[in-house]
Amino acid sequence: MNRINQKLEVNKKLLSIYFTAGFPKINDTVAIIENLEKSGVDFIEIGLPFSDPLADGPTIQASSTKALDNGMTTEVLFNQIKDIRKTVSIPLIIMGYFNPMMQFGVENFCKKCAEIGIDGLIIPDLPVDEYNDNYKAIFEKHGLINVFLITPQTSLERIQFIDKISDGFIYMVSSASVTGSQNAFGKLQDDYFKRIADLNLKSPQIVGFGISNAETFRQATKYAKGAIIGSAFVKYLDENGVNSIQNFVAGIR
Amino acid sequence: MSYFVDKKGYYGEFGGAFIPEMLYPNVKELEENYLKIMQEPSFQKEFQDLLKEYVGRPTPLYFAKRLSEKYNTKIYLKREDLCHTGAHKVNNTIGQILVAKKLGKTRVIAETGAGQHGVATATVCALMGIECVVYMGEVDIARQAPNVARMKMLGAKVVPALSGSRTLKDATNEAIRDWINNPVNTHYIIGSVVGPHPYPDMVARFQSVISEEIKKQLLEKEHTENPDYVIACVGGGSNAAGAFYHYLDDEDVKLIAVEAAGLGINSGESAATSILGKEGVIHGSKTLLMQSKDGQITEPYSISAGLDYPGIGPLHAHLYKSKRAEFISITDAEAMEAGLELCQLEGIIPAIESAHALAVFKMKKFKESDVVVLNLSGRGDKDLDTYVKYFKL
Repeated sequence: MNRINQKLEVNKKLLSIYFTAGFPKINDTVAIIENLEKSGVDFIEIGLPFSDPLADGPTIQASSTKALDNGMTTEVLFNQIKDIRKTVSIPLIIMGYFNPMMQFGVENFCKKCAEIGIDGLIIPDLPVDEYNDNYKAIFEKHGLINVFLITPQTSLERIQFIDKISDGFIYMVSSASVTGSQNAFGKLQDDYFKRIADLNLKSPQIVGFGISNAETFRQATKYAKGAIIGSAFVKYLDENGVNSIQNFVAGIR
Repeated sequence: MSYFVDKKGYYGEFGGAFIPEMLYPNVKELEENYLKIMQEPSFQKEFQDLLKEYVGRPTPLYFAKRLSEKYNTKIYLKREDLCHTGAHKVNNTIGQILVAKKLGKTRVIAETGAGQHGVATATVCALMGIECVVYMGEVDIARQAPNVARMKMLGAKVVPALSGSRTLKDATNEAIRDWINNPVNTHYIIGSVVGPHPYPDMVARFQSVISEEIKKQLLEKEHTENPDYVIACVGGGSNAAGAFYHYLDDEDVKLIAVEAAGLGINSGESAATSILGKEGVIHGSKTLLMQSKDGQITEPYSISAGLDYPGIGPLHAHLYKSKRAEFISITDAEAMEAGLELCQLEGIIPAIESAHALAVFKMKKFKESDVVVLNLSGRGDKDLDTYVKYFKL
């Protein structure tokens, strides 16, 4: 059983943290992952930086640009985390845009992920149909879970379709926005969170985009299984470095 | 072989819609409706009326006598430079603003590099009384001040793109992000045959008026609809798509796509995407694009701001791969000389983009009997500064 599925069965609200690999410093990757696990985070999204991250807001854009300037590449990342499973046991997911994976070779990329012990991928610009037609077999062969997104605009029919083809969780985008642009959730989001919860989907939902602190984490997980923090953590890392990660996580729950 | 888009939004192996789920409803709404809307008689009437009365179409197909004598072949110039706002771009913005209205949208966004598409979008938004926001790289805002002023006069809000290299590709990213943030009331008018399906097809259809007119005009002048060659410059490729469109299946008409070599193909300062690019995904489309080995999109260079896009439309990637079109790259210097030559032989100041196409006559020998149609996509007023500096006028 994939580590993601095992984690989803645990009886608590899950906290996932995203960070951009290569930021703030090129060699921070392993320290960030290890410190996050020690801090009690449930799973981790390792961001593979891209020059043109069109679903991301200013914070993750800037961290991506800096990471690339620092020399981060797909190959460098794989080298940095090649022994990560000797020290870290929580689920690890790579989140990145499709073009760098395509250039590495999708088959090669998946094979490498499996060797390292990566459990899943989130690729915002690889649409569901493209994935089903051309890449599903490759992902499955290497035991990787592909995570799909839904938004407040996603139709009921499409939500049910995405639920059907999901093997792990559904990444529930909190609002019509790029990453990092919310300060608090209002009634609109609460209604949406409840509407999705009432569908009783087979796949648990993890909420992302706009979660930055204990309050938004609590709101997001009122109905959903868990929530993901990205931009707020990236900002925190930039200001505080990798050694005080515990303080950030402790402030969330 | 088909050169038109298939049901899944592909041209051969290129195209598709590689978009985040956040954009799925917007793009789906457009995909399900654009053909239906474009085929409505009321749409066609309004579109054709505006092209005639507002844009000034049909644009002349002008026989360039002195240029023809110089290169010993028959050269016709399709005068898109005479369109309102100074380039072919307005054909597409007129079409898309009408689509936006039919879809009930109350706000329009656009990206722009040199500012031509931004001006053409601001123009039609003013015409229709629709709110307009144009994203433009901070670097481009600084070097294209007259077009920024034009957009502002036309009532558009110009928002600087501050991310990445702060040029056209980043302005496009910002426009896409805006669309993610405003999925319900906003239509995104993409300026070229790029982006996710159905944009490449929709923009090509709106620009296809160019080759539709060429066919009629050539029949009058040469007693045949088909020239031996059609030449057009390619950045994203919208003017070329329009000039090629009704000839794609006439294999006896040879198509020449002209890209910007910048300082030279191997100089590291170039925008010759077909030669330097590799297959990849940019702005929602699988196509050829300039990128690092690691898949990071690189910044192209050309003296012409309208040609320095790191990708090309998927139709053009397909024309390149299938060899239906010949791709020629032209350096800054070659283009500038060809631009000046047209001024002095024909009394026409071309946009530097179009000057790249004109430079083909120095690179390639045509037969005396050949009929060559060159799409003169825009006028050079916007480029005066560059011409003045380059030739120290």
